[in-house]
Amino acid sequence: MTAPSLARLTVVELRKLVDTRSGRWLLITIGVLAAALVTLQLVFGGSGDRTFAAAFLVSVLPIALLLPVLGILLVTSEWSQRTALTTFTLVPRRHRVALAKVVAATLAGVASVPVSVVVATVATLASGGEWTFRAELLWYTALAQIIGVLMGVGFGMVLLNSPLAIVVYLILPTVWTILGATIRSLREAAAWLDTGVTTMALFEPGMTGGDWAKLGVSVAVWVALPLAAGLVRVTTREVA
Amino acid sequence: MIEITHLTKKYAGHAVVDDVSFTCRPGTVTGFLGPNGSGKSTTLRMLCGLTPPTAGSATLLGGRYRDLPNPARRVGVLLDASAQHGGRTGREVLTLATLTTGVPRRRVAELFAQVGLDDPAARKRVRAYSLGMRQRLGLAVALLGEPEMLILDEPANGLDPEGIAWMRTLLRGFADRGGTVLLSSHLLGEVQAIADQIVLIHNGRVVEQGNTADLIAGGRSLEDLFLARTGGQS
Repeated sequence: MTAPSLARLTVVELRKLVDTRSGRWLLITIGVLAAALVTLQLVFGGSGDRTFAAAFLVSVLPIALLLPVLGILLVTSEWSQRTALTTFTLVPRRHRVALAKVVAATLAGVASVPVSVVVATVATLASGGEWTFRAELLWYTALAQIIGVLMGVGFGMVLLNSPLAIVVYLILPTVWTILGATIRSLREAAAWLDTGVTTMALFEPGMTGGDWAKLGVSVAVWVALPLAAGLVRVTTREVA
Repeated sequence: MIEITHLTKKYAGHAVVDDVSFTCRPGTVTGFLGPNGSGKSTTLRMLCGLTPPTAGSATLLGGRYRDLPNPARRVGVLLDASAQHGGRTGREVLTLATLTTGVPRRRVAELFAQVGLDDPAARKRVRAYSLGMRQRLGLAVALLGEPEMLILDEPANGLDPEGIAWMRTLLRGFADRGGTVLLSSHLLGEVQAIADQIVLIHNGRVVEQGNTADLIAGGRSLEDLFLARTGGQS
């Protein structure tokens, strides 16, 4: 009569990512976009782009854009499809379900790295490009993808509404760009708060202590805070 | 045993459930009746920890629902058969529930047979299910962990006459083997046939409760009683 373990609940959440047509299509779209962008770069890019590292970094972009949507839907579909009723009846300790979603999303972020490696390997073989690569990019990419997907989970848990959470997540970088361009004082703030800017440093050589500090602050504001607020919302909200 | 004690739920100061108290004993079926919007579903949601009560308490098996480590092994719950992801197959819905609760996967096939959903139905997406099929699927989820108690909100809704007869046999048999059943329903004839006890609520308040046999003594039907207590026309 023991409570479901976190491992078991995580397996369930991972399964929910792929057991509907919409979930599968989102994953397929991410993979196809990654491959398509890398192909475009091979065809239209300069010869300097024909390295493993260049292909790898291009494949990261569409994944980084859409993985957070996966994180959002992992949470919000429970409410839009009203499956939260069954989920929380079977597991009334709701924070455990929330935690399992965080773990499942993190695993999805990690799993995206081998996808990028495969796409980049195929591209490099096909183009006869050079195998230049900094191994640390593997870890930094995993970190960036995990930050993105957890930001999605956090936004999903705070808003509990699929279209709203996706729109807010998608327009946020644009809002930063506009604000940074129009209000001078916000440009300095963006360097600390815009995750688009702070995670970009992960992909450039030589992360400095200052880069890590900026990344940490932006993650605290846009990932940790939404996750904490979202956890309160999910555990206390009435399920009807 | 289910114990509802002075249970109250207010939204913006308005009581949707107002000082409701009743008890359900093992081996009995309790029919929970009331017009639409009378507070039945809110009461059942509070019992299952999905809605926090404003006052009073709802306990089962000696404690709160949310404190049960793995509730499906002791309590089967079906609150809304249509609350399922339309894109999942019936089999997938049941598989997710077995994975969550740690019930062996082989139960999936057994349960589909038990609730009368054949193999083609199990493979269909829930979007293509009729309400009656969704009720059967929801009941399969409720029966999954071989519970000792069932809490069902209008489980007969959408079932055809054969399905209603099947449900009657299932619930009566469950209670006769010592199980506790609490179900809400608008099918008064059905409730009259299987319920040992009736709790009737109207505007959030209990307006009648007692043994079914006592309440319908003297040739009065449950429908007569329902309409008299809820101000409907007879």
